[in-house]
Amino acid sequence: MADYNIQEMVQKNKNNKRTKIVEKSIPIILFLITCISILTTIGILYTLISETFIFFTRVSFIDFITDTEWNAFSSDPSWGIISLIMGTLKIVVIAILVAIPIGLGAAIYLSEYATDRTRRTIKPILEILAGIPTVVYGTFAITFVTPLIRGIFPEVNLYNAISPGVVVGIMIVPMIASLSEDAMSSVPNTTREGSLGLGATRLETVFKVIIPAAASGIISSFVLGISRAIGETMIVSIAAGSTPNASLDIRESLQTMTGFIVQVTSGDASYGTDLYYSLYAVGMTLFLFTLVMNMISQWITRRFKEEY
Amino acid sequence: MTDSQLKEDKNMGTEMGTEIGTEVKQADNASGIIESGQPVFQAKDFNLWYADNHALQNINLTFSENEISAIIGPSGCGKSTFIKALNRMVELVPIVRTEGHILYRGDNIFDKKMTVEELRTKVGMVFQNPNPFPKSIYDNVAYGARVHGIKKKKILDQIVEKSLRGAAIWDEVKDRLNQNAYGLSGGQQQRVCIARALAIEPDVILMDEPTSALDPISTTKIEDLIQQLSKDYSIVVVTHNMQQAARVSDKTAFFYQGYVVEHDDTSAIFENPKDKRTEDYVSGRFG
Repeated sequence: MADYNIQEMVQKNKNNKRTKIVEKSIPIILFLITCISILTTIGILYTLISETFIFFTRVSFIDFITDTEWNAFSSDPSWGIISLIMGTLKIVVIAILVAIPIGLGAAIYLSEYATDRTRRTIKPILEILAGIPTVVYGTFAITFVTPLIRGIFPEVNLYNAISPGVVVGIMIVPMIASLSEDAMSSVPNTTREGSLGLGATRLETVFKVIIPAAASGIISSFVLGISRAIGETMIVSIAAGSTPNASLDIRESLQTMTGFIVQVTSGDASYGTDLYYSLYAVGMTLFLFTLVMNMISQWITRRFKEEY
Repeated sequence: MTDSQLKEDKNMGTEMGTEIGTEVKQADNASGIIESGQPVFQAKDFNLWYADNHALQNINLTFSENEISAIIGPSGCGKSTFIKALNRMVELVPIVRTEGHILYRGDNIFDKKMTVEELRTKVGMVFQNPNPFPKSIYDNVAYGARVHGIKKKKILDQIVEKSLRGAAIWDEVKDRLNQNAYGLSGGQQQRVCIARALAIEPDVILMDEPTSALDPISTTKIEDLIQQLSKDYSIVVVTHNMQQAARVSDKTAFFYQGYVVEHDDTSAIFENPKDKRTEDYVSGRFG
């Protein structure tokens, strides 16, 4: 007969008061921690909305959405948000044109063609790219990409949409590549075999079965990439200039919504001025854009969800 | 069965038409003598390695036209590997190395002049687990035809109907062709997969444990279907369900540890096995 009794020890441990208290209190603490992020979100939204309302008591909402001039610093300011939105859109479109082909191409290669060893080598490198601080990307844009573009097309302004657009695109490539690769790799191998077994080539299999099957993941990676590009601040502040304009000319200096916010907050907008409140109006517009993108992403994920 | 016997079979069946061939074959099945059609697949001293693992050793086997051949054997005996070698699916595993020949209608499938796509168009495959594409039933069945360049809606409609009828599932799905194939039951999915294979009118259909993931009723349906299909197609079916092999096949090959131990008429394998290991296996003493 052993000199211990397991059941007795288990019983004793169960009756330990400290264990009981910890077991009961931890979920409550965790709940409160969860609330912090929700409360913060509510707080930010409240400030954003209330200050935006104040802005629109001073500036006509109609002017805000119809005026094509944004001239916040003049003595006779004009507040046409379209100029800033156009700036953002120019960057986003260029970025997406760069990021989607490269990102998707890399994803196809990694998930369908690369050997295990290649994939294990390349994927971490790709993810390092995602860890580079955006200010470094910004410097890269203005000191390397801009001169390169101006070397080929001398008529391009020092500040333009092309260089930051391309660099923002490069910045989001890893995100698109990595998420799309995950989506494609999670398509079961039996599906691949089903297609190859019918005499389809690898490429046909990729485009006709794998990509459609992984569509939800791939498209939401695009949408996340677009969100990232809309919100990108540092690269555009450094390389895109600070001249809001609603033109489609990508050679000219521009300003994005984020770029405007940086310019005002790093300058001296005194509390209570129109300029001060305009920050919130622009912030609100930016928020609405990313909110819509997130909603699209969720809708797509639900709409194209494939069960394996 | 010895090589010389196989050669005889080949010569005897050469001139026979499909219909007659089937009838004769079934009639003779009872008496234990089989007259087969032309050889569809002939493996000659075929060896296969997974890296250092010698998974198939000196395989010599012949499968004939319009015959249902079953491959049985315990887990890990190489039966699945062998059937996947027949349409070169086994090469999807990067560490695979092969030696020797497998002739499909007289041509070595490992020859440069036959592409894998060409081979797989002629030699269709049904897999262990139903693997429909996450598309509509219609798109699933039309897939092969579309990949091979058939685009006319009218022709595709015909192909889809004919194939689904061929796979005995038309009546169950004709009203919901545009619904996702994932919504079907496992047995229905497997028959859609068979329809998908039939749609490109292959010559041979390989089935790798086609019912192992299915319930008994679906299994019966698939087994009936296999028998019907043998009128028009040569079928090779891997199974670890011995009763299934006994029920559906004309000939059975018993694989053990990478070797073909015995290949003979199904009735002979089950009632009068020549090798002790075959006898032990079919009588359920191991496996």
